[in-house]
Amino acid sequence: MLDRADGQIFTGNVRLVHAVGMHARPAVKLTKLAKKFQAQISVRVAGAGEWINAKSVAKIMAMRAAHGSTIEIKASGSDAEAAVAALVDLVASDFPDGAG
Amino acid sequence: MTDTVGIVIVSHSSDIAKGTADMVRQMVGSEVKVAFCGGNPDGGLGTSVPLIIDAINAAWSPKGVAVLVDLGGAETNSEMAVEMLEPARRDLVVVCNAPIVEGAVMAATEAAGGSSLAQVKAVAEELSAD
Repeated sequence: MLDRADGQIFTGNVRLVHAVGMHARPAVKLTKLAKKFQAQISVRVAGAGEWINAKSVAKIMAMRAAHGSTIEIKASGSDAEAAVAALVDLVASDFPDGAG
Repeated sequence: MTDTVGIVIVSHSSDIAKGTADMVRQMVGSEVKVAFCGGNPDGGLGTSVPLIIDAINAAWSPKGVAVLVDLGGAETNSEMAVEMLEPARRDLVVVCNAPIVEGAVMAATEAAGGSSLAQVKAVAEELSAD
């Protein structure tokens, strides 16, 4: 699931299993979790041109990722590997209550 | 609890104010203090400066308080409420130029991460920036 792109950047891909895609509540959870890390974290719907700052709730809510789409995550910084793992886990586990 | 910016919701309608606060609590969680007020003291539509001050006090945090408002009078009465606070606290309260529901959820999300009042305001206002 995780692969080390180079010495600094960690990436992950995860399928969005949430029934209605990346709507408001998952967006808040994802953003809150991302903010717990020092790393710079970006996400995008697989294949989309633009990377989105995972710590910007407005931008995450606006990304309109659909159910079944794949979310790409990349992070750089001291805790980047843990950040990618945590975010992949959050999305893969369908944004459980209490997470984030 | 005390190290996150507090959120105050001021609507003309107590139902909207309460509903918005419910959304914030359910979506963002309980680590951010949220207070709300809506309606005039007679139970009709409107906003009331004393009730806004009460809400600011209820949501008070040393990091400050971000106020989200709906239509016209809610904003002017909120600004009046801020003016009536003691000078040392005035600079720690900001009225955000943002849609009330979306702004409250986003401001609270930002606040939950421990962000400063200026950051919380900027995030709430991101929606009306472009």
